[in-house]
Amino acid sequence: MEAVAKKAVKGGEFLIKETEAQHIFIPEEFTEEQRMVAQTCEDFLAKEVFPRLDEIDSMKNPDLMPSLMDKAGELGLLGTSIPESYGGFGMNFNTSMLVTEKIGAGHSFAVALSAHTGIATLPILYYGSEEQKAKYLPGLASGELKGAYCLTEPDSGSDANSGKSKAVLNADGRHYIINGQKMWITNGGFADIYIVFAKIADDKNLSAFIVERGFGGITMNEEEKKMGIKGSSTRQVFFNDCHVPVENLLSDRGNGFKIAVNILNIGRIKLGASAVGASKKVIDQAVNYASERKQFGTSISGFGAIKYKIGEMATKVYASESASYRVGQDIEDTIEALMEGGMPEGEAKLKGTEQFAIECAIMKVHGSETLDYVVDEGVQIYGGMGYSADAPMDRAYRDARINRIFEGTNEINRLLSVDMVLKRAMKGELDLMGPAMGVQKEIMSIPDFGADEDDALFAAEKKVLRNLKKAVLMVAGAAVQKFAMKLSEEQEIIMDIADMMMEVYVAESTLLRTEKLTGMRGEEACARQIDMAKLYLNDAVERIGMHGRNAINSFAEGDEQRVMLMGLKRFTKIAPINAKETRRRIARHVIGENAYAF
Amino acid sequence: MTVVNVGESDTEPTIRKALAIGADDAIRVNAYPSDAFFVATQIAEIARKNNYDLILMGRESIDFNGGQVHGLVGEMLGLPSVSPVMQLDVEGDTVKMAREIEGGKESLEVKLPLVAGCQEPIAEWKIPNMRGIMSARTKPLQVIDPVGVEESTVVTQFELPPPKGSVKMIPAERAEELIALLKNEAKVL
Repeated sequence: MEAVAKKAVKGGEFLIKETEAQHIFIPEEFTEEQRMVAQTCEDFLAKEVFPRLDEIDSMKNPDLMPSLMDKAGELGLLGTSIPESYGGFGMNFNTSMLVTEKIGAGHSFAVALSAHTGIATLPILYYGSEEQKAKYLPGLASGELKGAYCLTEPDSGSDANSGKSKAVLNADGRHYIINGQKMWITNGGFADIYIVFAKIADDKNLSAFIVERGFGGITMNEEEKKMGIKGSSTRQVFFNDCHVPVENLLSDRGNGFKIAVNILNIGRIKLGASAVGASKKVIDQAVNYASERKQFGTSISGFGAIKYKIGEMATKVYASESASYRVGQDIEDTIEALMEGGMPEGEAKLKGTEQFAIECAIMKVHGSETLDYVVDEGVQIYGGMGYSADAPMDRAYRDARINRIFEGTNEINRLLSVDMVLKRAMKGELDLMGPAMGVQKEIMSIPDFGADEDDALFAAEKKVLRNLKKAVLMVAGAAVQKFAMKLSEEQEIIMDIADMMMEVYVAESTLLRTEKLTGMRGEEACARQIDMAKLYLNDAVERIGMHGRNAINSFAEGDEQRVMLMGLKRFTKIAPINAKETRRRIARHVIGENAYAF
Repeated sequence: MTVVNVGESDTEPTIRKALAIGADDAIRVNAYPSDAFFVATQIAEIARKNNYDLILMGRESIDFNGGQVHGLVGEMLGLPSVSPVMQLDVEGDTVKMAREIEGGKESLEVKLPLVAGCQEPIAEWKIPNMRGIMSARTKPLQVIDPVGVEESTVVTQFELPPPKGSVKMIPAERAEELIALLKNEAKVL
């Protein structure tokens, strides 16, 4: 299985190539050991976090969150990605994704844990020198040291490289003196180690530093009052003549922006996984409520309007999950291949992740927007109780919202996903031009009226997918031709293209997962998964059509517009399905299991 | 410490979990646990070969609620059997235990070896840690065939409880009717 998985396409190539089901990883393939790790996360939340959600959010006990982190550290949950030689457990990328998903249901605690294990630990793991790794990683793995990541500044958010924080080498050349102000620092209140980004002297690019709280010159504001994740420590952190030994410069001078960007790639795919975990919890709660809540003499879960929501929630989560673990394994396989080719582990991990940066950005957007859909409908299913602060939907709804903002806003991630595809095409890493020209030729020719003779499972759906990819290439290709270097000024069009790409990637992943699963368990056992894959594709076609029309109508006129709209229509053709009955079947399964049980 | 389970392969994740939280090895008797006598015979067979000092088990399984296996195993091995044990401390060759009894608590001391049927709060809920999970992979889990046991019980039928009826609203002014219903229909008075 692992041998064939290495044939996976490169990052961004999903737009122009087909992937076979056997080449993707599906969550149903997790080993017994990985399932135990997942169970440990669930047990931990059930025992330590869920009974204390109010107490955590009240922030009355500043020692509570660090003590929970200590307990997570004792279980090894902070060291899953850290090699055994540095006190961790050296588990593979998808295992750490699984931990992130499971802990993702943990509200503020999930944020604290993922900031610590992700953006605070990984810069040292990937970019640190041997000395830095040996000094800091064992503590970060055990939880003895707690980490935070200081990138954002009051005037530097999405435009991260514009930060004003300065580092100046002191006279004896042994310390950098850091001055600056950092904002929205997760774990700021209790962290022992801060990864701080600042510019050395008049450098154009940021550099990164490992700063210990004990270095002095660090002060902070009170805890921020937030809409959600109220129990997550979020501070402004001020550096006033903070003396950082020169050996604590991370990687090379001027490498900070690259570090920030690469670490964020991992943060993004993991945020997607975390959102899947949070979504599943909300579905479990909402379905349970819908079955217990009786109106007009019957459980509201019996009503079509509620079944629609449940079917839709489950389908979106199934889709997001399918694509997240596909990316996870693709990253893992690329890392392995690079290491086999002689690349050092740290560098291979970065390159492997960078290779799939497009997919990471896509899944950040998809995961967070799925979660927001799920919590919104969760509130709706709870009705009046959904609006009550005493019921669980209140916290879920508020906590979900930040996911569309941090780790790069969804707008930034949409822009990035398209920008990266175009840059790779420009550099010749991604052969978009050939296929895009092919599509242009095709829309000028007579359409293929050939009947679908292949009645294999998903043969028709795969044809739809091939056409959807053509739709993306057609719209993106025309936009690039039209605007050339000025396309970046047409953000609305880029957003449309980003959404089209996202829908293609996720629909394909969902289909491939279901195909592979069906091969393992048979069609009958996978009937609901097949329903979800078909439903997702059906709706993805609608969304791709809408975004395509939006884009085309915003820049094409006359004959060109007419031809493109006809092409789009041709590429977004799909045989009708009974979406209502499909959603009902999915909902009935979820209601029967009283949980998201796929 | 050995974990013994009588069950089919779907019980293995639970056995691995026991290995992950500290057991040294495991034995699974590959059979459906048809009744208490069957299960007890299998456990006694294994215990005879291994001379365990202390055999701990639940006071009853959550699926069959028989509550007989510990007593049967004790009898088969000629060992004392105590149940339900809620607290247990081993001091040398003596085990100090506490049992919940009608109206109070009973403390007792028994010499090893013995069999105990345990019930909460006998032990803290322990979550397997990463190191435990990783080491569980390398710990031996032996699967053996059951020894033959003459079938002593046959389940003739399973019945579901009657579905819950809808609520009857009796207005306060018709209290006699309510009392009559509680006496004759619900039979709770």
